[in-house]
Amino acid sequence: MSDEVQLDQEVYDRLIAEGKSERIARAKAKAASVRKAKIAEGQTLGPKPADEAAKQLSAYRESAGSGGGVATKTAAQAEAGGAAGGRLTPEQRAARVAASLGNGGKQPASIGVPTSGDHTHRLLALVPPAGIQQVQGKQQDKVYTWPHLLLVEFVALLAVGSLLLIVSFFLDAPLGSLANPNDVPAINKAPWYFMGLQELLAYFHPMVAGITMPGVAVVLLMAAPYVDKNPSAKPENRKVANMAFTFFVVFWAVLVIIGSFLRGAGYEWVWPWVDGLGFTL
Amino acid sequence: MPKLPTFDDVKGNVQDNVIWKSIFRPGSIYRKGYRDTSRDRALASMNNVLYHLHPVKVKRHGLKLTYTYCLGGLSFFLFVLLTITGIFLMFFYTPAAGAGSEIAYANMREISASITFGNLVRNLHRWGAHAMVFTVFLHMARVFYHGAYKPPREFNWVVGVILLLLTLLLSFTGYLLPWDQLALWAVTVGTNMMGFTPVFGDQVQFVLLGGVEIGPNTLLRWYVLHVLFIPFITVIFLAVHFWRIRKDGGISGPL
Repeated sequence: MSDEVQLDQEVYDRLIAEGKSERIARAKAKAASVRKAKIAEGQTLGPKPADEAAKQLSAYRESAGSGGGVATKTAAQAEAGGAAGGRLTPEQRAARVAASLGNGGKQPASIGVPTSGDHTHRLLALVPPAGIQQVQGKQQDKVYTWPHLLLVEFVALLAVGSLLLIVSFFLDAPLGSLANPNDVPAINKAPWYFMGLQELLAYFHPMVAGITMPGVAVVLLMAAPYVDKNPSAKPENRKVANMAFTFFVVFWAVLVIIGSFLRGAGYEWVWPWVDGLGFTL
Repeated sequence: MPKLPTFDDVKGNVQDNVIWKSIFRPGSIYRKGYRDTSRDRALASMNNVLYHLHPVKVKRHGLKLTYTYCLGGLSFFLFVLLTITGIFLMFFYTPAAGAGSEIAYANMREISASITFGNLVRNLHRWGAHAMVFTVFLHMARVFYHGAYKPPREFNWVVGVILLLLTLLLSFTGYLLPWDQLALWAVTVGTNMMGFTPVFGDQVQFVLLGGVEIGPNTLLRWYVLHVLFIPFITVIFLAVHFWRIRKDGGISGPL
């Protein structure tokens, strides 16, 4: 389009008379003169109807040939004797790459090294695609720690803190008589978390019950992630692991319960509702 | 009559000065101009000491109470609570025993009977210790059933098992300190078992008891272990444990 668009003087004068600014009046006058020129050429003004636009597009595609897009077509036309269907053969493509590199298919020229001696370092380097780290992070469903997580944690802390305070207010920690190495009490028990071991002591030699079995248990526990090679974390896929752990936990829980509640004086078997609770936390 | 300043005026003046701004970094919820925007929510974590524990964002499924039941966090809370109550108890306790100088037991009587809040703090310490053993165990069970020890979290599980053992040791060493019949004989049962350690049994028992049987030396030794050595080791492993949680990609799952 020509830069020189005539002003429609009539429209310009009218807009100036209406008090519009000179800039707006000139722009509208130019638009009016373009409209007049189009009407004189017989074109319709305004947005084209959709069916007409589609018709024009299909007509254009007919003229451009069957295969390929517009860009491929023009590229092929630029090539002398373009390949059928507007596509380049591998040889043609290689030739074009060589031509654009400008040295007839040899190694690419050294780039970015100024010929004057002022510069002592390269400004640009070619990085092979393999050297570029492909980071493909998966989008995760995440929320802000503050306030979402911290509020939950704070409420949990308050709940357990107040529960503990209430228990401590009403329930006193035990304090027996002064320690006396010469007075062995009738009921002699370890803290509850070691009652499993003490119960084992009733069945096995102390070295087995006190050293070997807890030692093996701890080693097995630590080795669990290295032994369990199953990559799935879904409960339905790891029934063996879950059953083994449940067995382990129930085994110790039963031992602790027996030792704590069902053993009395002389570590004999008792029923707590008959002989009283021989257990102190 | 001059107009009284409103609460917001006072709050604004307190927050808008050099000292307050030097304490609370930009994005802190205590700083003037905190707005509930994504930027300030991110800064609230990033510019806070909590950033050592929590990232800016966490997986949504981990917020569900029935996923973690907060067991790890509660174990840590109980550890902090036991440290605080323990320091309080240390002011009133001397680990000395022996004929004619049963100071430890006398101190226990005083803490229970005459020291302000002494009995309450001792109860908190005792019940908190039992609770911590329980929450640490439940935390381990939770982690197992979620398969949360699987790669890359294998080593953190090992650290966790060590922390469980350290928790048991902390509780057990504390069990002796009241120096009553209950403590003496419960600890006797435990230390007798240690004497059956293969090859070094007698030596292990001697080092732990500070003698051939439980006596004043044992009390002093277990006191130092209880208030200094084992907490020190525990804090180191806790630091590694928390650091590894973040390095291994935060909370496990979803299942």
